[in-house]
Amino acid sequence: MTETRSQSSTEVELLSFRLAEQEYSVPIMSVREIRGWTRATPLPHSPPFMRGVINLRGTVLPVIDLASRLGMPPVEGDARNVIIVVHAGGQSVGLLVDAVSDILALPRSDLQPPPELAADYAHSFVQALTIVDGRMIRVLDLSAVLPTYQTEAA
Amino acid sequence: MTHDPMAEIRASFFVECEELLESLQDALSVMADSLEGDGAQDTETINVVFRAVHSIKGGAGAFGLTALVAFAHRFETVMDELRCGRLVVDHDAMKLFFQAADMLADHVRLARDDATGSPPGSEEMLLAVEALMGERASEAEEEVVEFAPMGLAFDLGLPDLDEPDSGGADLGGADLDGTEPDGRWTVTLRPQDALYASGNEPFHLLRALADLGTASTTCDLSALPALDALMPEASCLSWTVELTGEIAEGDIRAVFDFVEDVAEITITEGHSHGALAAPEALPAPALPVNASAAAPAASPSAATAGAAPSPVAPASAAAAVATLTPVAPALAILPGAGSAPEQAAERLAAPAAERPSAPPPTAAPAQTAPTEAVAATVRVDLDRIDRLVNLVGELVINQAMLAQSVTEAGLPANSTVMNGLEAFMMLTRDIQDSVMMIRAQPVKPLFQRMARIVREASAAVGKEVRLRSEGEGTEVDKTVIERLADPLTHMIRNAVDHGLETPDRRREAGKPEEGVVTLSAQHRSGRVVIEVADDGAGIDRPRVRDIAIRKGLVAPDAVLTDAEIDNLLFLPGFSTASQISALSGRGVGMDVVKQAISALGGRIAITSERGQGTRFSISLPLTLAVLDGMVVRVSGETLVIPLSSIVETATLSAQDIRSLGPETSVIHIRGGFVPLFDLGTELGYRGPKTSYEGGIVLLTAQEDGSRAALVVDEILEQRQVVIKGLQHGYGNIPGVAAATILGDGQIALILDPGDLVENATGRTRSADTLFALAG
Repeated sequence: MTETRSQSSTEVELLSFRLAEQEYSVPIMSVREIRGWTRATPLPHSPPFMRGVINLRGTVLPVIDLASRLGMPPVEGDARNVIIVVHAGGQSVGLLVDAVSDILALPRSDLQPPPELAADYAHSFVQALTIVDGRMIRVLDLSAVLPTYQTEAA
Repeated sequence: MTHDPMAEIRASFFVECEELLESLQDALSVMADSLEGDGAQDTETINVVFRAVHSIKGGAGAFGLTALVAFAHRFETVMDELRCGRLVVDHDAMKLFFQAADMLADHVRLARDDATGSPPGSEEMLLAVEALMGERASEAEEEVVEFAPMGLAFDLGLPDLDEPDSGGADLGGADLDGTEPDGRWTVTLRPQDALYASGNEPFHLLRALADLGTASTTCDLSALPALDALMPEASCLSWTVELTGEIAEGDIRAVFDFVEDVAEITITEGHSHGALAAPEALPAPALPVNASAAAPAASPSAATAGAAPSPVAPASAAAAVATLTPVAPALAILPGAGSAPEQAAERLAAPAAERPSAPPPTAAPAQTAPTEAVAATVRVDLDRIDRLVNLVGELVINQAMLAQSVTEAGLPANSTVMNGLEAFMMLTRDIQDSVMMIRAQPVKPLFQRMARIVREASAAVGKEVRLRSEGEGTEVDKTVIERLADPLTHMIRNAVDHGLETPDRRREAGKPEEGVVTLSAQHRSGRVVIEVADDGAGIDRPRVRDIAIRKGLVAPDAVLTDAEIDNLLFLPGFSTASQISALSGRGVGMDVVKQAISALGGRIAITSERGQGTRFSISLPLTLAVLDGMVVRVSGETLVIPLSSIVETATLSAQDIRSLGPETSVIHIRGGFVPLFDLGTELGYRGPKTSYEGGIVLLTAQEDGSRAALVVDEILEQRQVVIKGLQHGYGNIPGVAAATILGDGQIALILDPGDLVENATGRTRSADTLFALAG
């Protein structure tokens, strides 16, 4: 029901966060919670952006180092960092980011498709761009960010 | 988004079907057992069979499942013959009944999966079963049969949608039965408070009784308190009705259909006051009631007479007036009988009138059946329980963290906080145990499925086999039960196909032709032990050894003990059956079973005695949710290794370690060489150490008997851990089975040593038992 509402309205709400001096955002409806940094237990034989797993109230939650996933240097991982727990494509995943900055509500028409710049690795993860107060904010395509293990493990 | 109540009802019907099929199987087993015994069949057991089939039919009719209804109806017809005693059960009939019950289960399954049509062989099965009735049935119709009335507790939970014709079939002999020429019955009725609370009215019951024949009714006022002590909602009156006329007991019982669980009802033959079945019904000499005596009792509620449930309704008082032969006068004197009570009377009387031919239940089943049905259970989604299990796991961890901070705060040991915390810890442990128990289920449904496997397998190989099951009530974690089905099926088929001899051979060996496969379950020291035993020829060890040598599984000159030979059966690619039969012999056998059992954290053992039979014992953990593990530390990471796979721990000395090739080493321990694996390297935490001298190793044993030594930095403790599945989406991580949450809230990985060793990437791999994996 929440989906139908957000689709029918012309507004989008985004949670924006900082990642290596850039601003990214995810649709707020996909965000479950925001947690402080806790040390993740590394998983052997996993891709480098896979930070490991943390205990989310008794369930095992994988944490992705978003910077590393987008091809940037990995996030250090200290008390200032936060983990955004998102739910997309039937699974919950934690995204390790530098800091959460804002909640934005803007008309859908303000979102622009990203320009085709094939050289940029991170480009394929960006769904749309928007400008708020002169800052460029990238809207992440969560389904692209979340790893598909079935294929990668093979 | 559309909510379909019908779908829900339908789903619950199928759940109910499963239960009914289960009780059907149970009852048939009881019948089979008593057939083996003295041959006398308990009527109640037959009723259970009949009821199960009947209820399935009724429900199926409501959902328009025509194929299921048709099958159930014809099956039921045969069962009715049985119920009426016109069909004598023998060995073959029993077998057919079992098969028909299986077929019924197939029908239910088809209907559930929305498939139309019938499972193959359905019609043949019906014809075979119906052939049992054969001429016996037609003969029976001619004569008036001496008929012992039997109980039929109506399952009011299911819509009883008998079409008229099936109704006739149901009640085949019932119309004639139990008719007692010039019968005399004594009926006592002692309503409980609940009878009034549920809006029933004794008067209508008494009137309905009076409709059956000549009734003489007395009201027992002995329990009636003085007016000022009278509780308007308490039941004080009871009645004794002496009925005369050609009345079947079932008709009397039918009158009380709706109140039998809210009133004490006894029905006895004859009028003799002294021989009443319930002497307490008449503690004091029953007073013949006259209107004036009844009036004071009636007055408190007279004002409210009408639809409101009145404990001592005027109507009942009126009904109690001495003799009620024609009913009309009684009605006439109903004080202020409005239309509401009238209609109520019609409603109440209606069932009795409509079901004059209802099968007459005897007193015993009618009274015991409801209490059995009330074994209160709740159906809960497994998801919800899992969520609860998760939350409790979290509670345990939180409590550990709390305990730690309290200790750090330096409070004295006898402070209130500490005491409270201790109580909290005990509570937590209790909650954890109870939650784990919710997941536990009896193995009975699993065993019943195995009964079917035995029947089918024995039919396929032409052997007479009986399955004896023991300990069906043993409770095991639901997941274990689910994952045990395949290995058990395999073992049961093996027992029937390979374990038991052919009937001829058995005769020669002086055994009864019918082989027995025993399936048992029991709790033993914190584990559950499931055994599959047959009374067949036992393992032919020389032959097993020959086959193993021929297949190159053992060296021709190997000296093997009996136990070692037996264990050859578990080797991949081993099969003793000389020909491939429909059931087994394709070489996919006990090794698969063993794998499945190990995957459940279990062990399998085999014992066999020549000529006496073979016994497989499976020992399983009670739950898959908790595991005994050794908590170790490897390069700063905490890991858990299942205790069941650890044989011993050791500290390495320089002379134990032998290098083997440039990158691998073995350790020399107890006269053998065991490959050495560095967990830190294998899991990618660090490179290999320069020296493993003084290092701690865990010696693990795989299911295939091969061993491996795992280097760890430190052994922390040995404890039970709650298993958390690594959710789908992580992919399969080599060597990691699951995860758990430690007391400090951190996640630790649970290793699977077998998988780890198989996927070991190098550095310390030996060429001992692992050739196959070298590539």
